[in-house]
Amino acid sequence: MSFFESMSKVWRIGAKQLFLGVGNTLLIALVSTVIGLIIGLIIGVIRTIPKSRNKFVAFLRKILNFILSAYVEVFRGTPMMVQAMVIYWGYAFAAGGKTLPLIPSAIFIVSINTGAYMAEIVRGGIISIDKGQFEAAQSIGMNHFQTMVHVVIPQVLRNILPSISNEFVINIKDTSVLNVIGVAELFYQATVLSKMTYEIFATYAIICVMYFILTFTITRLLRLAEKLLEGKSNYTIMGSQSDPKAEIHVRGEERRAD
Amino acid sequence: MQTDTVFEINHLVKNFGDHQVLKDINMTVSKGEVVSIIGASGSGKSTLLRCLNLLETPTDGEILYHGDNVLEKNFDIRSYRTKVGMVFQQFNLFNNMSVLKNCMIGQQKVLKRSAQEAKDVALEYLEKVGMSEFVNAKPRQLSGGQKQRVAIARSLSMNCEVILFDEPTSALDPEMVGEVLLVMKNLAESGLTMLVVTHEMQFAKDVSSRVVFMDDGVIAEDDSPEVIFNEPKNPRTREFLYRVLNKDI
Repeated sequence: MSFFESMSKVWRIGAKQLFLGVGNTLLIALVSTVIGLIIGLIIGVIRTIPKSRNKFVAFLRKILNFILSAYVEVFRGTPMMVQAMVIYWGYAFAAGGKTLPLIPSAIFIVSINTGAYMAEIVRGGIISIDKGQFEAAQSIGMNHFQTMVHVVIPQVLRNILPSISNEFVINIKDTSVLNVIGVAELFYQATVLSKMTYEIFATYAIICVMYFILTFTITRLLRLAEKLLEGKSNYTIMGSQSDPKAEIHVRGEERRAD
Repeated sequence: MQTDTVFEINHLVKNFGDHQVLKDINMTVSKGEVVSIIGASGSGKSTLLRCLNLLETPTDGEILYHGDNVLEKNFDIRSYRTKVGMVFQQFNLFNNMSVLKNCMIGQQKVLKRSAQEAKDVALEYLEKVGMSEFVNAKPRQLSGGQKQRVAIARSLSMNCEVILFDEPTSALDPEMVGEVLLVMKNLAESGLTMLVVTHEMQFAKDVSSRVVFMDDGVIAEDDSPEVIFNEPKNPRTREFLYRVLNKDI
């Protein structure tokens, strides 16, 4: 049988199964990226709270910061495949053999894993925001939370959008490791299908193409979103604004030292 | 306690590590005064202003605002900051907001004004600084002078009592300095209390009611602009003015 015949055989038998896998893969990747981002933002806001003058509050902060750092380090420093096994079977061990439902477990595992990376991405995003933005917000009386929500986070999100889409693409690919706990994502479905049809090469070649179509489409869409968010650099009032070339000059203006 | 004295600064000291930037600053500012603070780079002018708005925490000394010590533990810093506005060298407009929103956000979130009231107030002050045509523009679409005028409107929109200007024209291209100084001159004439750290000697001379010359972390001379610019008593003032104005006094 030729390669194309094998492919069409696998497709005939398993297309529905594979699309089910795509659905689960996308669901887990999308939800986990969003939850991970939220975790990252919360950690980012907590980590940047200015030092309290109250000694007890400052002490609590220290403990909290330690826990957060430990979380980030542990989840960045161990493979997600191992985390999946430890969490899933750890729960079964503690609950006397009862296991968690698969899709929610998958979302939980990928979310906290993504959260650890996002925390670092958000931290970098917050650092990249000009100190003047914080000072201006403070100088009109905003507190830390208001400053973050209204001024800093919107700018951080725009700056880290490329990293967020990167995490999303990574998640689409990395959900494949969840087959170790039996989540019916794309890779798991392919494994089952290949055992049914004995067409191992053809099956994995098909999902290879499917993975690529998924990630490539999403990368393009998010790139488009970035462009839309950027907006125009000049502003025209009733067509009477001066030469647009002048605006370029203004935008290029460098910070001058005090 | 409402008095005519807005600020009373006593023995203010600020250290950055081992480096003492402010050494025993004493001065008072009364309502309606326009005080220009001049001096060489590194003399502590900006630090003094930033201490007044508590963007820097002073190491020692006290700052009294209408008689209340702002450095006291239970002092309401946030409501104090709504009354003492700040205009920065780098404008620091909120990049993610339109001109109008920049002038509204503080009113809505800090002063808890309604959106309509905040908008009315913002438009009033944007009109005052000549930026009402740009309400929907984003900061990146504006020139430096325009940004600084919006920044002034943002402070005014909080209905502040004092505005601290930290070298408001130092980051501007020369042709844009005039429009900002004009706005500031109008504000001074309207009776707003202003503290202006500046290198614009002409502004200090013409607009301010008092000029403070700072040198190496201390106030070397504090007098009317006539005295400072025509017959300074301190030789350091004379030397500084000679350098910046390129002429003998």
